[in-house]
This record gives sequence, C-alpha cells and structure tokens, in this order.
Amino acid sequence: MIVVGVIVSTLLFAAVSLVLIRIVRGPTTLDRIVAVDVLLAVVVCAVAAEAAYTRDATSLTILVVLSILGFIGSVSVARFSPRSRR
Amino acid sequence: MTLQTVADVLAGACLISGALLSLAAGVGLLRFPDLLSRMHAATKPQVLGLLLILAGTALRLQNTIDTTTLVLVGIFQLVTAPVAAHMVGRAVYRAGQVRADLLVVDELGEDRPNGRSPSR
Repeated sequence: MIVVGVIVSTLLFAAVSLVLIRIVRGPTTLDRIVAVDVLLAVVVCAVAAEAAYTRDATSLTILVVLSILGFIGSVSVARFSPRSRR
Repeated sequence: MTLQTVADVLAGACLISGALLSLAAGVGLLRFPDLLSRMHAATKPQVLGLLLILAGTALRLQNTIDTTTLVLVGIFQLVTAPVAAHMVGRAVYRAGQVRADLLVVDELGEDRPNGRSPSR
C-alpha cells in the first residue's frame, strides 16, 4: 500500500501543479473558475485517498463540505461574472 | 491471498486510476485551446476520477457509516457537477469566449439575430 500511496500522491501533485499553472495564466475569470473547480475536485480526491491510505475516516466529513463549497463557488461566480463588451 | 488482500489490491487500482484521471485533467486544462474543451477535460476528476477514488476508499474502510458518507459525496457530486458546468458554459458562451472556428455545430448561434455566436 506504500507504493500505491507514493504513486497516487505523485500523480495528484503533478495534476495540482498543472492546474495551478492554468489558474495563474488563465486569461479570463471563467478560465480560472473552471481551473479552481478542477483544483477542488483534485483536493477532494487527495483527501479521500489520504483516508483510504491511513484507514482513518476522520476526514470524510471534509469531503461533504468541499463538494458543497465547489458547487456554490463556481455557480455564483459564473452567475455574476461580467459580460465582455464588444 | 485473503479477501482483505483482494480488497486492498482493488482499492489500490481504483485509487491509481482516479489519480491518473486527475492528471489527465491537469494536462488537458493546460493544453486545450479554448474554454469549452477545457471544461470537457475538467469533468474527468469531477465525476469518474472522484467516483473511482471514493470506491477505493470504501473498499479500504469497509464500514457501513463511512460507506454511506462516501456514497453521499458521490451522489452530491453527480447532482451538482452538471448544474455547475451548465452555468459556467452559459456564462462562457454569453461572454463570447467561445472560439467559433472550433465549433462543429452552434445551435445557440442559429437562434441569434445575426446567426453567429458572440465570439471574439
């Protein structure tokens, strides 16, 4: 299981790095919203993987909060994002 | 080779494939040319990757209460991800950040007065 832990954390670290590059670059606000959504999904994956690795269910409630947070965040920012002027 | 070992191997396979899908989303988010195709890549860890990792966690924990929490998270993600993607996609289209040359069909644009999408 140690091997699985190392592989999974490496993959998730690489994913988060790529997503962070997109958040920093991301020309518009909506680009960043999509990227932050992905970042949150990867963080949820990481927390769940940590719970699986240690067989410790303490952090499972964080998952519920995080999924609700991501939904509310992306929907509200997308709803109130300014339109581009032509 | 007990049942526990089999469950652990299955859980490890689920966790690794979920992490691979997250990595695929990261690469797609960085490399794809416009926002709608990036949204396509973004759904990978949001739905399938997350479900795989939750399945792996459930296989590792093997506990009714924890499995219920995981199922709750999975159902919530399945319900909310399409709504959020719809809102973001609508905002993207209306803000005119769609590259019209990459679209195969643009039915929203056909209904517009000038018959074109509001792309830049």
